[in-house]
Amino acid sequence: MSPPPSSSSSSQHPVYHLTVARILEFLRQPDAVFWSYFFPVLMVLALGLAFNKRQEPPVLVDIVDSQLHAAIKESLKQNRQFVLKNSTIDEARVRLRTGRTDLLIEKATEGTGHVYVFDPLRPESVSARSLVDESLQRSAGRKDTIEVIDRPASDVGSRYVDFLVPGILGMNIMGGGLWGVGFAVVQMRIRKVLKRLVATPMKKSHFLWSLLASRLVFQIPGVVILLGFSWLTFGVATQGSLLAALVVVLLGAFTFSGIGLLVACRANSIEMVSGLMNLVMLPMWLFSGIFFSTDRFPDAIQPIVQILPLTPLIGALRAIALEGAGLFEPTQLMRIAILASWSLVSFAVALKWFRWT
Amino acid sequence: MSHNKDKNDYYQQQPAIVCRELRKSYPGKPPVEAVRGLNLQVNRGECFGLLGPNGAGKTTTIEILEGLLQPTSGDVEVLGRIWKSDGEAIRQRIGVTLQETQLSEKLTVRETLDLFRSFYRTGISVDLTVNSVSLDEKQNARISQLSGGQKQRLAVATALVGDPELLFLDEPTTGLDPTSRRQLWEILRAIREKGKTILLTTHYMDEAERLCDRVAIVDHGQVIALGTPRELIASVGGDHIVEFSVAADQHSLVDTSQLNSLDDVTSVRDEIDRWSLNSRMAHRTIPALLSYLEARNLTLAGLTTRQASLEDVFVKLTGRNLKEEQSV
Repeated sequence: MSPPPSSSSSSQHPVYHLTVARILEFLRQPDAVFWSYFFPVLMVLALGLAFNKRQEPPVLVDIVDSQLHAAIKESLKQNRQFVLKNSTIDEARVRLRTGRTDLLIEKATEGTGHVYVFDPLRPESVSARSLVDESLQRSAGRKDTIEVIDRPASDVGSRYVDFLVPGILGMNIMGGGLWGVGFAVVQMRIRKVLKRLVATPMKKSHFLWSLLASRLVFQIPGVVILLGFSWLTFGVATQGSLLAALVVVLLGAFTFSGIGLLVACRANSIEMVSGLMNLVMLPMWLFSGIFFSTDRFPDAIQPIVQILPLTPLIGALRAIALEGAGLFEPTQLMRIAILASWSLVSFAVALKWFRWT
Repeated sequence: MSHNKDKNDYYQQQPAIVCRELRKSYPGKPPVEAVRGLNLQVNRGECFGLLGPNGAGKTTTIEILEGLLQPTSGDVEVLGRIWKSDGEAIRQRIGVTLQETQLSEKLTVRETLDLFRSFYRTGISVDLTVNSVSLDEKQNARISQLSGGQKQRLAVATALVGDPELLFLDEPTTGLDPTSRRQLWEILRAIREKGKTILLTTHYMDEAERLCDRVAIVDHGQVIALGTPRELIASVGGDHIVEFSVAADQHSLVDTSQLNSLDDVTSVRDEIDRWSLNSRMAHRTIPALLSYLEARNLTLAGLTTRQASLEDVFVKLTGRNLKEEQSV
């Protein structure tokens, strides 16, 4: 046995030792590391690829009558967007009704024209009717009277993945704070580690500061990995300053640590704390705009949507990344104020209710 | 400065622990009275045992003394100080092991002790602490890799690293195998020899006999007997227990008063399947017993003799067998 390193330097500040202990515990749990750091990356990869297709979506058209099918096929053959199928009238109606085709074309009972059957409530169906009609009319000789230029907005910065990354980052900060702090605290309570610690002269505030400090330390690699990956694979970059983004990330981590502490302040079983966590996170998963804009929700629920702590966090991150905002615009200050209020309230209540034994 | 010195002298002269009329009830219907008027004084430098069956109120008592629970009523002084005004000063001077603490599995022995050391203003080095509980070879092992006995020694080490004046140990050897228990006893004896005060709870009679200078037997939240293990055993009436049985159909033919009058017998108990005699001198009681059986024409089926133990004290005081209660 070689002698161990000297312990003469062992009397660092308790916050240092408590924080190091938390960090070591975290790093020695490979599954926890995976979920916090690599799961968000996988989500960005999967969703980024799924919604990153350059080609336009196919237009599905069913044509009743084989003669008409041949004629239309001939005039639309230039355009690969159309997928044509010759089917019977009954078959085509079922397919239209069940959304397996966008448009049904049959011969008109009078004259040489044909009839478009489409579903006016389904946007793909409506657009299929226009696209098919336009192509057929043009190939029959109709001329455009106004000259137009199409410019698809698929520039870096305006794709879905650019929108998605700040959402996933916010989601990661929420999950990290709640699970990282809340779950750890309840586990320590169940294992009576909290009770053992309060039997020492340890200051309770030191313990809580260390939870927070370790949370902030864990969050930084998570941000670096997620943003680095998004930049390398999809070229996602921020329009605004990285420093501003970091400030918002740390404020978010602080806030969700407070909420995690609140959720865990009295729970004394894993089942109880898991249930509470899901209860707290579910509304934010649904309404805070992780995957799509919160503008899509009806006005009636907007006040609730906007007050949830994840909404301003993601909102502020998106404003920095997509619009190049800073921290001091009125809308950004408002978001920061909402986050700060959540953190103050949750810390204050958690400390008041916290049970050590 | 001299004022502080006087104060310290005052504290040093106070007993390690005093508690008077301690009561603790837990709310419920009906309320559970865990401790019912418990009085105790533990002197400096002694190893004191709270002995009793599970549910006797030992853990509640020790957790009140450790400042983890609030008593319902009664006074507690620890190292001459009271919890309400001197909590920090008491915590700096005591070391605690709880019943079944599971320290963080992912940390090493050394990391755990570094952490606990940082809470105390003064203390001993981690190296010395590791050495005092014989965990030198395991100091860089994670706690998840330790055996039950090693974990318990580490728990004791977390209590020692602040160099406490007073050590609280709640059921220190429960659940350990005999070798680990003996190893822990050695460690605790060494701690006591350094002049530290120890208060431990146990439901093992042999543990109390081997480790403790004085023992309080606790039952239903009260102290029912107090003294050195020797004194308590002597109070049963004799150092020896002679147990015998006769053929099953003859058990009721044995006459209690005649047993009582045998040489040096101090008391007699009918144990249903056998008879138990407390004897001052077994070598005089046994021949007398054999002649009595011979005279009454009774057939001896079994005969054992052993040293009286605290177990016998408990049985004598409560009429109940400690082991029966443990298995509940």
